[in-house]
Amino acid sequence: MDKAAIVGVGQTKHAARRKEVSYGEMVYEAVIAALEDAGIGMDDIDNVITTSNDFWDGRTISCMATSDASGVPGKNTSCVEGDGTFGAFYGMTRVLSGSYDTTLVTAYSKGSEGVSPIISNAAFDPILSRELGLDMVSACALQARSYMDRYGITEEEIAQVSVKNHGNALHNPNAHMGLDLTVEDVMQSRQVASPLKLYDISPISDGACAIVIANEKRAKQISNQPVWLNGVSFCADAYSLGDRDLFECQALEKAARGAYKMAGIQDPTKEIDIAEIYDAFSYQELLWSEGLGFCEKGAGGKLVTSGATAKDGSLPINPSGGLMGAHPVIAAGLIRMVEAVYQLRGEAGETQVNKQVNTALVQGLNGVCGQSHCVWILGRD
Amino acid sequence: MGKRVAIVGTGQTNHCSIRRDVNGQELIREAVTRALADAELTIKDIDGVVIGNMDHFESINYVDCWSIDGTGGYMKPVIKLTTGGTTGTTLAIGGYHMVASGMFEKLLVIGWEKNSESDTTGAINTATDPFIDRAVFGGAVSGLALDAHKYMDKYGATVKDAARVTVRDRKNACNNPHAHLREEVSIEDVMQSDLLSDPIRLLDMCPRSDGACAIIYASEDVAEKITPQPAWVLGAVNRHSVNDFTEITDNSTLDSMVEASAELWQKLGVKEPLKELDVVELYQPFSWAGLIWIEDLGLCKKGEAAQLIWDGVTDMDGELPFNPSGSVCATNPIGATGLIRCAEIALQIQGKAGARQVPDVNFALATGFGGCYWTDLVAFGSKKPE
Repeated sequence: MDKAAIVGVGQTKHAARRKEVSYGEMVYEAVIAALEDAGIGMDDIDNVITTSNDFWDGRTISCMATSDASGVPGKNTSCVEGDGTFGAFYGMTRVLSGSYDTTLVTAYSKGSEGVSPIISNAAFDPILSRELGLDMVSACALQARSYMDRYGITEEEIAQVSVKNHGNALHNPNAHMGLDLTVEDVMQSRQVASPLKLYDISPISDGACAIVIANEKRAKQISNQPVWLNGVSFCADAYSLGDRDLFECQALEKAARGAYKMAGIQDPTKEIDIAEIYDAFSYQELLWSEGLGFCEKGAGGKLVTSGATAKDGSLPINPSGGLMGAHPVIAAGLIRMVEAVYQLRGEAGETQVNKQVNTALVQGLNGVCGQSHCVWILGRD
Repeated sequence: MGKRVAIVGTGQTNHCSIRRDVNGQELIREAVTRALADAELTIKDIDGVVIGNMDHFESINYVDCWSIDGTGGYMKPVIKLTTGGTTGTTLAIGGYHMVASGMFEKLLVIGWEKNSESDTTGAINTATDPFIDRAVFGGAVSGLALDAHKYMDKYGATVKDAARVTVRDRKNACNNPHAHLREEVSIEDVMQSDLLSDPIRLLDMCPRSDGACAIIYASEDVAEKITPQPAWVLGAVNRHSVNDFTEITDNSTLDSMVEASAELWQKLGVKEPLKELDVVELYQPFSWAGLIWIEDLGLCKKGEAAQLIWDGVTDMDGELPFNPSGSVCATNPIGATGLIRCAEIALQIQGKAGARQVPDVNFALATGFGGCYWTDLVAFGSKKPE
């Protein structure tokens, strides 16, 4: 198999509301940034994968809204519906298939133009569970409770993730928000769906992201510091929440195993230098850490308490601030890839961790309570 | 270079206007079960699932996640692709690249739609830009009516010419046990049917159907072990260049078809597609497409399509049979429609097309249409590509 690398990355400044730009204009900002970063023009892009979601956009065939901004005219193209990490996967395969030398992958969301509870409620079965009024927050509250009950994880332990990631986001110039919080602040924030409180929940943002993927030959021509896509795997769990043990994440475990195998990683805790993972809710960083093999099952609380996942820890998680800093839904996973690229290149500015970063892990997901996960291993070599 | 890739199994539901007996997952499962049986594989043999539909038709968000019980994607990689009407061919092109990349060996690709549960036109209306297009271009029919008028004006074609296309496809559909509309119609039937948007009448227009289609791709490492005659992918090209209907300057030509077919023919070294192709499954949402787009594919010069149609060149016993399945004017579960074109071509290459079989199919084309005048093209062959 040929190799593929990320040779250019771009993202917008994420915000609660980007009134001044349309979807297309927002995506265009990210595309131009990615092309400038790669030092190439649109003519060097052989094909384009956009990533969008009709529900978040309130438009059917949502890719229509951003195809011109993504440089689609005159090129081969397609659209992935779901998290940007899945869009990147398809983009990579179009390079590895030998059909194209370079793929531009874009992703965006404007949370400000949608109503999150209605949009996520539409993910539930229209006959059996939608009428219960479940949405992403209430369903994830069930998952958080299940996880806490199973392993004795405390709300205070979970709150530490919020403190860490909101704090990290203070140093990220693209973040939608950063907050200097204490565990007490989180504990005393407004109860939204027990046990989730306001500061346990990521914001919903407006923002876009773009990356350029190239095959080995083109990557070496375009970039003197390509970031190699060394491993990737994704996996979906059962649909009905009742069919799953919500305190487990077997689909993530399987995706992680696949990505580690492809990248030749034996011990993720030793070989991965930083991780950017999908902390839509603070408890998720702990649960996903377990699924990724960063600690034993049930040890997620101890992991964050130990400081290992802090910016200066042994395995920094979300030094960018993660989704707590910015959460343009469909772009969220692709932004994780961009932040990992910054770290690998040593260009993460104030969010740069204080050690050599050779290998980074990125996780994105689709569906409710992490039903479907995508895990990437990115490397300098 | 990547792996060579072939379709090794296909499955379709028997499409119809309303499937009250199944929910969406069950509809999907029917197609998947048939595809697995066709390839003599089980779900355990499948490495991953690619699925697509148009969200707003069934109003289900994250269909890739919701459909797991029907797709068999439990604890497998599942990814969703969606591009409107082109979704089915987009899925076929996506699956091809994912297997060619070496990331999967055997991949299940599923397109489906339960249009009976939707307000189809209402959902399509929201595709257009809320400020620029939406008040002008309602649904799918009105824009296509503009094409028909422009084409008539420019090339002198008549509504009778278009009706002849419907007559051909509805006749072919009678040979297809999966087709939704299986009744022959006459030229008069078409020309006297209800007017939808001048000059398009009911029988010029595709129906909306409930249905699902699944295909199984395999890489060159295993394809010939699964089936003695895989349907090899020779090339896949598309253009989704326009994103506002108001950008279209000449409705008498489908620019995306012109561009995409030129690239495909160049890639495959095709000089005379009419002579070299053995069969075509055209995504033909209305009868006029059977005129305008065959010109844009390069089968004849602009303005000559009607003569080709009347001469019977595209009939089942003609030089280049079009739509042995009856195509979209007989069956249209939108998210599946493009994939059905590919499945039907695979059946033709595998010699499994029954009463609709065209003899000796070695080189064939499936097309997709959707979004904002977009085209997808997938070429298949009986011989493993060089």
